[in-house]
Amino acid sequence: MTEFLLAAAAFVLGTVALGVLRILRGPADADRLLAAQLLGTGGVASLLLLGVATNAAGVTDLALLLVLLAAFASVAFVTGAAVRATKAAGPTRPSAPNPQRGGEA
Amino acid sequence: MTISLVVDIGLALVVLSLALWIIAATTVYRAVIGFIVYGLLLAIVWVRLGAADVALTEAALGGGLTGLLLLGAAARLSHHECVPVFGRPAAGPVVGFRLLVGILCTLIAAGLAAVVLLLPEPAPSLASEVASNLPATGVGNPVTAVLLAYRAIDTLLEAVVLVPAMIGVWSLATDQGWSGRPGFLTPARRTSALTLLAQVLPPVGIVFGIHLFWIGADHPGGKFQAAVVLAAMWALVLLAGLREPPRVGSPPLRLAVVVGPLVFIGIGVSGIWLADAFLAYPAGYAKPMILAIEAVLTLSITVALVFLLAGPPAADRSADGRR
Amino acid sequence: MSALLDGFTVVAVSLGALFFLAGTLGLLRFPDTLARLHALSAADNLGLGLVVLGLLPQVASPLGWIGLIAVWLLALLASGTVSQLLAGAVRPLDGAETQARDNPAEGPFS
Repeated sequence: MTEFLLAAAAFVLGTVALGVLRILRGPADADRLLAAQLLGTGGVASLLLLGVATNAAGVTDLALLLVLLAAFASVAFVTGAAVRATKAAGPTRPSAPNPQRGGEA
Repeated sequence: MTISLVVDIGLALVVLSLALWIIAATTVYRAVIGFIVYGLLLAIVWVRLGAADVALTEAALGGGLTGLLLLGAAARLSHHECVPVFGRPAAGPVVGFRLLVGILCTLIAAGLAAVVLLLPEPAPSLASEVASNLPATGVGNPVTAVLLAYRAIDTLLEAVVLVPAMIGVWSLATDQGWSGRPGFLTPARRTSALTLLAQVLPPVGIVFGIHLFWIGADHPGGKFQAAVVLAAMWALVLLAGLREPPRVGSPPLRLAVVVGPLVFIGIGVSGIWLADAFLAYPAGYAKPMILAIEAVLTLSITVALVFLLAGPPAADRSADGRR
Repeated sequence: MSALLDGFTVVAVSLGALFFLAGTLGLLRFPDTLARLHALSAADNLGLGLVVLGLLPQVASPLGWIGLIAVWLLALLASGTVSQLLAGAVRPLDGAETQARDNPAEGPFS
C-alpha cells in the first residue's frame, strides 16, 4: 500500500510538472495565471498521498495551508496582472461621448 | 531504486529546472509567478525532508506574502524593465557581468553542497539534548521548544526587527501622507468573484490561523505561520476592496504592533528575578508563559505584516475626489 | 475487511490519478486559455476528491477523516471561486473592447 501511494504521488507530481511546464511556457501572460491553481489541486493531492504513505506529521494542516495560499496567490496574480495592464494601456478613459449618459462623461 | 527515491529525484529535478526557468525568464512578472510556484513546490520538498514547520512557513511566506510583495514591486517597476523587442536581445547588464554573477552563485551553491555532503557521520547535532529536556519546557513540538525556550533570544530579535522594517516602509511616505492609509493594496477592479472570495475565505482562514497557533505547542505550527495566514486573509479583504486599509497613525494598531515584542521583553526581564536569567522561565510556568508570548506575538506579527504589505501611507483624496 | 478497504483505496486513487492525467492533457492540448482553465479546475478538483476519498480508509482516526474532508471542501470552494476570478481576468485581457461594450459607464480599470 505504501509503495502504491508513493507511486500515485509520483504520478500526480509528474502531471503537475507537465502542467507547470505548459503553463509557464504559455504565450500570453493570461495563461500563467493558472499556475497557482494547478499547484493548489495537484500539489495538494500529491502532498496528501505522500503524507499518508509516509505517516508524516502535520500534512493535513500543510494541505489546508496550500489550498488557502494557492487561492491567495491567484488573487495576487490577478491584481498584479490588472495593475500591469493598466500601466501598459496608459490612462484609459472612453474618449467618445457616451450615448447612454446624457451630456458629458 | 525504491519508489520514494524516484519521488525525491523527480521532485528535485522539477524544483531545479523551475529555478533555472525563473532565472531565464524574460519579464519580472513571469519570474515572480515561477517563484511562487517554486515556493509551493519547495513546501513539499520540506515535508519529504521531515521539516513540517519549515514547510508550513515556506508555503505561507514564499507562496503567499512574498509573492504579493514581489508582484507589487514588479508592477511598480515595469516601466523600468528591459523587455526584448522582436529579436533584439534585451538591453541590460552586459554578458560579462551576468557571467560573473552566475559563477559566484554557482560557487556559493557548490560550497553549500560540499558542507552538507562532507558532514561527518553521524552529523553533529543537539537533537538528543533537545528531546531529553523537552518535558521541562511543557511543549511537545521540539521546534517550538527551540524557538521559544532554548533560543528565545533569537525569536525576540526576529519579532522586534519587524517594527523597524515597518517604519522603514512608512518612511517612504510623503509629508502629507504621513498618518494616512497605505496605498499598495488598493484594488484595481472590483469583481463579484473577488468579493465572494473575500467574504467566504477569511472566516475559514481566521479559524485555521488560530488553529495553527494553538497546535503549535505540540504539533507543527506556531505563531509565525498563524500570523502569516491571518495577514493573508486581511490582505485579501483589502485587495477585494471590502475594507479600507487601516490608518497608519491609528493608536490601537500601533499599540498592537509593539505589544508583542514588549510582552516578550517583559517576560524576559521578569525571568531575571524569577529564574535567574534573562528569558528563563520559572519551573512549571514555562508552557503558560510560552503560550502568552505566542498569543501576543501572533497579533503583533499579523498587524506588522499587513502594514508591510500595504506599503507607505499616502495622502487622502481631497473631498472633491481628486488626489 | 482490510483487503476490501485497500482495494477501495487502490481503485479510488487510481481513478483520481487518471483524472489528473486527463486534466493535464486538457491543459496541454486545448486551444484557448479559458478552455485550459476549465480543464484545470474541473478535472483536477474531481481528481483531488477521488484521491481524498481513497485516502479515507488509510487514515486511522476520525479526526484525520475530518481533516481530509476539510481539505477537499476548502479546495472545492476556493477553486470554484478563483476559477471565476481567473476567467474574469482572462477575458478582458483578451478583449478590452468587449468589456467596454458591456459596461459603457466605466472604464475597464476604474
